[in-house]
Amino acid sequence: MSSLNPAAAGPLVGAPATDNYLTHSRGFWSWAATLDHKRIGVMYLVGIFTMFLVGGLFAVLLRSVLLTPDAAAGGVKTIVDANMYNRFFTLHGAVMVFIVIIPGIPAALGNFVLPLMLGAKDVAFPRLNLCSFYLWLIGTGMALSSLYWGGVDTGWTFYTPYSTKVGSSGAFGGVVPVVAGAFVLGFSSIFTGLNFIVTIHKLRPPGMTWFRMPLFLWGTYATAVIQVLATPVLGITLLLLLAERLLGIGFFDSELGGDPVLFQHFFWFYSHPAVYIMILPAMGVMSELISVFSHKHIFGYKFIAFSSVAIAILGFLVWGHHMFTSGQSELLGVIFSAITFSIAIPSAVKMFNWLTTLYKGSIDFKAPMCYALSFMWIFGIGGLTGLFLGMMGLDQHLHDTYFVVAHFHYVMAGTIFVFFGAIHYWWPKMTGRMYDEGSAVLASILMFIGFNLTFFVQFMMGTRGMPRRYYEYRPEFQMGHVISSIGSYVMLAAVLLLIYTMIRSLRSGRPAPANPWGAGSMEWQCASPPPHDNFKTPPPVVDAYDYESLEWDERVGGYVHRGRRGGPAAAH
Amino acid sequence: MQMADAAHPISHAAVPHGDAHGHGHHPNLEHHFDSLTQQFDAGKLGMWLFLATEVLLFGGLFCAYAIFRRNHPEVFMYAHQYLDTTWGAINTVVLLVSSFTMAWAVTASQRGQRNLTSLLLALTFLGGVGFMVIKAIEYQHKFHDGLMWGTHYDPSKHGHGHGEGHGAAAHGAAAAAGHAAAGDGRGGAAESHAAGAAASAGAAGDHGASAAHPEATTSVHAPETPGQGASAAAADADVPPERAPLEPSQVALAPSGPAGLHVGGHDLHGPRPDNVHWFFGVYFTMTGLHGLHVLAGMAVIGWLFVRSVRGDFSADYFTPVDLGGLYWHLVDLIWIFLFPLLYLIH
Amino acid sequence: MSHGSHSSGHAGGHGVGHIVPVGLQFGILMLLLVLTYITVAARWIDLGPLNIWIAMLIATIKAAFVVLYFMHLRYDRPFNSIIFIGSLLFVALFVCLALADTVTNKPRMWTGLAPAVAETQKHSDP
Repeated sequence: MSSLNPAAAGPLVGAPATDNYLTHSRGFWSWAATLDHKRIGVMYLVGIFTMFLVGGLFAVLLRSVLLTPDAAAGGVKTIVDANMYNRFFTLHGAVMVFIVIIPGIPAALGNFVLPLMLGAKDVAFPRLNLCSFYLWLIGTGMALSSLYWGGVDTGWTFYTPYSTKVGSSGAFGGVVPVVAGAFVLGFSSIFTGLNFIVTIHKLRPPGMTWFRMPLFLWGTYATAVIQVLATPVLGITLLLLLAERLLGIGFFDSELGGDPVLFQHFFWFYSHPAVYIMILPAMGVMSELISVFSHKHIFGYKFIAFSSVAIAILGFLVWGHHMFTSGQSELLGVIFSAITFSIAIPSAVKMFNWLTTLYKGSIDFKAPMCYALSFMWIFGIGGLTGLFLGMMGLDQHLHDTYFVVAHFHYVMAGTIFVFFGAIHYWWPKMTGRMYDEGSAVLASILMFIGFNLTFFVQFMMGTRGMPRRYYEYRPEFQMGHVISSIGSYVMLAAVLLLIYTMIRSLRSGRPAPANPWGAGSMEWQCASPPPHDNFKTPPPVVDAYDYESLEWDERVGGYVHRGRRGGPAAAH
Repeated sequence: MQMADAAHPISHAAVPHGDAHGHGHHPNLEHHFDSLTQQFDAGKLGMWLFLATEVLLFGGLFCAYAIFRRNHPEVFMYAHQYLDTTWGAINTVVLLVSSFTMAWAVTASQRGQRNLTSLLLALTFLGGVGFMVIKAIEYQHKFHDGLMWGTHYDPSKHGHGHGEGHGAAAHGAAAAAGHAAAGDGRGGAAESHAAGAAASAGAAGDHGASAAHPEATTSVHAPETPGQGASAAAADADVPPERAPLEPSQVALAPSGPAGLHVGGHDLHGPRPDNVHWFFGVYFTMTGLHGLHVLAGMAVIGWLFVRSVRGDFSADYFTPVDLGGLYWHLVDLIWIFLFPLLYLIH
Repeated sequence: MSHGSHSSGHAGGHGVGHIVPVGLQFGILMLLLVLTYITVAARWIDLGPLNIWIAMLIATIKAAFVVLYFMHLRYDRPFNSIIFIGSLLFVALFVCLALADTVTNKPRMWTGLAPAVAETQKHSDP
């Protein structure tokens, strides 16, 4: 009798497999001091999702403020003044960028899935992993504490000289906690990346060569390389910013002969690769989702793998495209513009490979697939509009307008949509429960509609000259703003529906089989939820995208490998 | 290449578990590794990755150094003379020797020589102490002499000759000084441009009112008396060649602008250029961050010493000593570059 | 699972890591001290702009010895070298591009504040 997966006894069993990583030990300290990558992943997921709600709350607030063009017209502007508005958008940006999206998929899901995909027992450095989590927690706390110290209104980019001028809030102000918090968060990111690189290098099972790894691992690896190389530069940038503000060093202060543009070079040297930290894991997940839910082998494996590396490398060479209007030299503008165009190529390679994977596949419109398909549209637009901005001449007109805002929300939403897709995809594995497809798919559709409503109109507003970060605006933009704000409320509803779906799943979802989707990578070979030490012996290394050998087994309520009836327990 | 499927897996994992076989579970072998070698390799790889992040952390500062020095070499030429090369060289030797004792400690631990390892770790620690003591002495001198960053730079405390010559004494040769003077020479118009002058107008108008730098001991801008235009002639040389000098009546430039900290004067080291404070800003950030890393390294070595005395290490398991040693060597490496860049400018 | 290197000449145990002989380490130390002396002495010889490059060259040689022998990268897996050299390359990339920006920009910069009148904007394009 298959013992590792009691669900094999049939869908009548009311609870997930006993003695899994969740039930292995109990009590606060068994979680707070855990070295189990799965528990750490779960803690990250809860934390990051919560902070996503916080960042989203700021967004809904600021969109509400923008319903009316000025305070005279009434609306929320009667309660929220310009200074408070500046704090809203700054914290929205800082929270979403540093606390949610950059840790995002690697921390919340990668931590859980990575060792399982490798058939390993844990990541290379479990204690470092826990340390990363606590650094995340501390950094988040520090950043949020800025609210007590007067808030930050510099924008998430902390441009000098504004961020270094002491002003009315004193030397400390809200800037110092946020900047220090971001510094700590940076180290969380570095350690996670370090851990993943070593894990992928050293803990692969015999027979899993680099080109037999699932593509999610390629994406994670490329991300980790960027995390390790770029984040320290953020570290030194933030340190110099703090030194400037607290000690008056004077590098970026033009009154002391310094150069504010130097800060921008420093800042963007990290922050541009950072956006690839955000997108590469999502692209990795995309390869998994598209392939699994088309029941078709991923097309162009090596191209996708190499394109991840290409994006990682090229991402370091384009930071100046954020500075076309800052007084950068023209020579550099030309160099950065040219390389920016080239970075579209590997991204496009991936998009075409996914499209080709879909072609003639047997497409299953489960929630993860709905999110993945949304990504195709959303990232397609986001990426293409990046090309508009990469043109130096056009950027003179579009820089710091809503066009930029729309562009980066489209690409980042690519990540968020896939993040949600990935949560749904690995949900059965993590919780041992299935969720209700109907409401999950509905949430995804609502999210898609709401998102496009919010941001598509912003492209138009941007080209017509609506500047970003403005509290007041000319009345002719009001229609656009209202549509945009309505979209944000639709997104809020979608997120609430998503939360409702997941909570319902936890309470009364159908117990999940080991492999509900018919996927071929290793994490689906262990029970849902996995036991504490993952695998007694790693499963055999097979082609992760070969679906021919997987078939639906009604008794189990999931997929099993042909020739290995009775569930994955038989393989061990 | 043949595609594998579940029925014919490419390889079968029949990996012996470290704690299930033969020699028994080595006390230092973590559960998720299969062998000490794998664990050691992973640790090394992780450490080298961490060192790479440290290189990039300091890299930013080296970048700032390169930019400031390239654009204003005169500041570096002038200011570095205030550094004591002897102390710097001694510190270099101290760190090199401590690197040697550390490397020897690693060898000793690989050979299982417990007492020798502990001794060498202690010596390395002492090397760190020596380095920090010398640094403290140097820093103390600088604070005392006003050789500091930003507006804390105070040449009146230098203790050398402090010729209070006016801007003209700075000569056109001190090109940086031309920044402030050029503004004066350009137009007599004393009105400052409201839009652009938010930061500096306050200073230009009334020195004491610079809210951002209440403790400034020197004025931020050259005095705007027309007499300052003594160097106006030299100032014209600063006009970018592709622009013909404009007639004052065509342009309403502010008389002076954010040119930095102009102090003026002369001392034993020659005419004082503008913005000498940059050098000390660079000096203190680079050596300060380095010093913090030395302290961190000392903490690591101290911990290794405790563990070594306790008998934690053996010929089988010396990884922490090896990895701690790598960190200490990196600290040494950074100083190897800092020393000539800061102390040995000709 | 692991393709661990087996050390040469390691007596017993699991063969982790090559041992660098102390004599060699001492020799490297002497070499480093000599190079330090040369660096300090070279400062008194005026070669103009070459000075900094010579100082950097000597520093690089010293660094290479520390990295290769004290940090035993010479006997280690090649990938660790790739990591280290890679990080240096990225620093170089950052420094070079940022420097290129200020170097090409500086000659175009006005000293003092921006012109107050609109017509003068025409003159600001090179």
